Amino acid sequence: MAAIAPRADATEELPRATGRQLRTVLILLVPGLLWLGIFFVVPLFTLAGTSTQTPSGSGIPGEFVQTFHLANYWDVISEYKGHFGRSFLYSILATALCLAIGYPLAYLIAFRAGRARNLLLVLVVAPFFTSFVLRTLAWRQILSDDGWVVSSLKWVHVIPQDMAVTASPLAVVAGITYNFLPFMVLPLYSSLERIDPRLIEAGGDLYGNGFAVLRKVTFPLSMPGVVAGTLLTFIPASGDYVNAALLGNNRTTMVGNVVESRFFRVVDYPTAAALSFILMAIILVLVVLYVRRAGTEELV
Amino acid sequence: MSTGIKARRWLGRHALHIYGVLAFAYIFTPIAYVMVFSFNRPARSNLTWRGFTLENWTNPCNAPDVCNALGNSLKIGVASTVIATVLGTMVAFALARYRFRGRTTTNLLIFLPMATPEVVLAASLLTLFLNMRVQLGFTTIIIAHVMFSISFVVVAVKARIASLDPRLEQAAQDLYAGEFETFRRITLPLVAPGIAGAALLAFSLSFDDFIITNFVSGDVNTFPKFVYVSAGRGIPADAYVIGSAMFLLAMAIVLAAELFRWRRAKNL
Amino acid sequence: MATAEAGGDLRLSGVTKRFSAFTAVDGIDLTIAQGEFFAMLGPSGCGKTTTLRMVAGLEEPTEGSIHLGDLDVTHKKPYQRPVNTVFQNYALFPHLTIFENVAFGLRRRGVKDVKKQATDALDLVELGHLAQRKPAQLSGGQQQRIALARAVVNRPQVLLLDEPLGALDLKLRRQMQIELKRIQTEVGITFVHVTHDQEEAMTMADRVAVMNHGKIEQLGAPSDLYESPDTTFVANFLGQSNLVPGTRTGTDGGYVVIESHGQKARILQSRCVPGSDLLLGVRPEKIRIQEAGDEVPTGLNRLTGGVVVDASYLGVSTQYLVRLPWGQNLTVFSQNLGITERFRDGSAVTLAWEPDHSFGLAGDAAAGVDEEAAALAAAASAPQG
Repeated sequence: MAAIAPRADATEELPRATGRQLRTVLILLVPGLLWLGIFFVVPLFTLAGTSTQTPSGSGIPGEFVQTFHLANYWDVISEYKGHFGRSFLYSILATALCLAIGYPLAYLIAFRAGRARNLLLVLVVAPFFTSFVLRTLAWRQILSDDGWVVSSLKWVHVIPQDMAVTASPLAVVAGITYNFLPFMVLPLYSSLERIDPRLIEAGGDLYGNGFAVLRKVTFPLSMPGVVAGTLLTFIPASGDYVNAALLGNNRTTMVGNVVESRFFRVVDYPTAAALSFILMAIILVLVVLYVRRAGTEELV
Repeated sequence: MSTGIKARRWLGRHALHIYGVLAFAYIFTPIAYVMVFSFNRPARSNLTWRGFTLENWTNPCNAPDVCNALGNSLKIGVASTVIATVLGTMVAFALARYRFRGRTTTNLLIFLPMATPEVVLAASLLTLFLNMRVQLGFTTIIIAHVMFSISFVVVAVKARIASLDPRLEQAAQDLYAGEFETFRRITLPLVAPGIAGAALLAFSLSFDDFIITNFVSGDVNTFPKFVYVSAGRGIPADAYVIGSAMFLLAMAIVLAAELFRWRRAKNL
Repeated sequence: MATAEAGGDLRLSGVTKRFSAFTAVDGIDLTIAQGEFFAMLGPSGCGKTTTLRMVAGLEEPTEGSIHLGDLDVTHKKPYQRPVNTVFQNYALFPHLTIFENVAFGLRRRGVKDVKKQATDALDLVELGHLAQRKPAQLSGGQQQRIALARAVVNRPQVLLLDEPLGALDLKLRRQMQIELKRIQTEVGITFVHVTHDQEEAMTMADRVAVMNHGKIEQLGAPSDLYESPDTTFVANFLGQSNLVPGTRTGTDGGYVVIESHGQKARILQSRCVPGSDLLLGVRPEKIRIQEAGDEVPTGLNRLTGGVVVDASYLGVSTQYLVRLPWGQNLTVFSQNLGITERFRDGSAVTLAWEPDHSFGLAGDAAAGVDEEAAALAAAASAPQG
């Protein structure tokens, strides 16, 4: 019954816009939505259209006609299933690594950092302030087989003596992990930060053991952050091609690499469009399944 | 108590902090690398250490095109930030303040671009521009950057508006401020930090974007594109200087803001 | 701003507010005199805050009208009516200094000597020295006073206070109650105070309206409400009551005679509702507790056969729970005068009181009482064991 108190109209009980307000809403929404409509929604249709085109037969590269040739999709899937497999394998691995690296970090910032919280958050996103491509190239140098990092790792037998890191799948996954780590840490932090520390103390009071509290109290409560973080990491990672291009070799290419080369090296728009479309469809399905499974509606 | 147990206790208590130090070392490794190599003696490429010099820093535009690309990136960043911030803030106010038909659809339309991989956004925009025979260049880059920034602006600003206590605006109206005055004197100043944050985010997204820019830029060179393209034949040390300088500048701004906040908090 | 000449009483006629399926306020008629300190009291969800918000202009009534003197303000915007509000949790503007907070309304109205008026208002609440601080730098009690100054400085015809003391601790709350009363007397503005704290309403208000389920249950001076509640809800919401079910058997002089489980008691006719099924009511502090068999002075109402089942020592008084032969428990407060010995659990006692302190209500004891109170009563009257 207390729902009638003023607090309620702040959240769920927004006023239904009427008359003059409706006009205000329209003025506020139209420019932004029009922009997204024309430059996000419409292009998806032109992409779908392009994906079923076939070469015009004129012999001029880049000239295609609309033939609704759905077989393009089968051709693309059979030809590039390895790329799809790698795209998802690498991005799932990188997402898992990001979660493993990012969770303790987010936990540290949320519960142990005190006044340094904001400062540490800035440090987490610090890589964003240097160029993405430059950072990735830096990793290529740092992880090169004759560099001191790899040599010392070999020296302490963390990795086998004969292992190549340069231009390997390992380097690609490491690069993706590094580049998308902030996307994992920020949502994790914001949902951990919302947890009342007294709940964790109560957990400690009832379970005693720190690990049990983490597993039974903290982690379940931070689920929205885990879901948001994994999605924000996985989605851009699966479409990325810069890491594969700069850190990998020609056997580590991902779907993004093919899309790029089909557009710019081989002028084959239909294949590129079909690839993009399938990539998006698979991601959407995975995301929906994942969100259902994780049981949260809180995406943004 | 034996020293072994003591050491284990100490380790147990400080494990998380040790981890934190390692994690930040990891985060800063490539940044440090970039900064160190910005002082490398120039050659055709900047892969091996040849000796310390300040030459790159005193003359960062030495390499052809690098400053041109930087200038383009800044221009595009400012333009797309302004547009995306204005449009996104407007949408955020509509979503945070009113219930209307199509609200769910609007929310979905805002969410989808964030849930689409960049390469798909890039490919679809390029097919549109190709089909419409649009000349690729500054305009198409700005269009694309605004498109992917709007959603982030909406989310950031909407969160800020939602965290406002509705009673503040009610109190203003109670104190004889009309709707416009209330917006100007109460709502806008209180939402401003959120808008500023969103603008910063939009700028950094635009400035650092490579994938989409690469698809829709035509002949126009941007800083990330310059670095990517020259990766094959060797990146000039000047690029490292610019990368380091941008980093230092951004950190300086953020730290100054943080220091200001601390000082104010201490004056309480 | 609306003209100040509208001066006069605040009148609500048939005011109703519905939120989709829920009726928050249900046809309230109410006149609050100019200069009165008026309190609206009730449990959360009773419609008191919604009523206040309609007077402030923050909600529009679904039906009915609100007048300030001759001025119809029913559909006026908040900024168009000479009414100001002290909000729950104060709603001070966090980005403005204390001075600018207080000056806000003056500036919007284009008042000339903003500085002097705002300074005077700050002095009124004795916080002039904090003018240049920001709200976050003030304690809860200080913020509360600034919120008051910010509203009072506009000299509204009606000042609305929405649970203004709810966020303060007990001691500060008592202090602010006195302060509020002082300021009200000083500025002579009509105060309408919404609260769920009965003590707060009773100590400050000239008149109190007790609300429940969107309606006014009873309206009157605090002592009238306490001494002669009209309904079981009021009897139980304002302080504690003992309500014994019984039937009307006749009259005796100016008194109604009521019989309950074979024992008779008298209620002043003016304090008893019509009807034959009655509840005999008496406040716990009005009851004398005596050893069973001791002489009861003539003319008093009495209930015999009681057994003390619980005695709690409270310092100034002792609270007894006395079980009557039919299983009902009555509460008795007995002042610790130190003359007689206190009773122990199991003592056989007789309860007695002046007939003029009885009141007669309609229906059965549970009607109109909070579910919680009813459940408590049921648990308390359940047979032991």
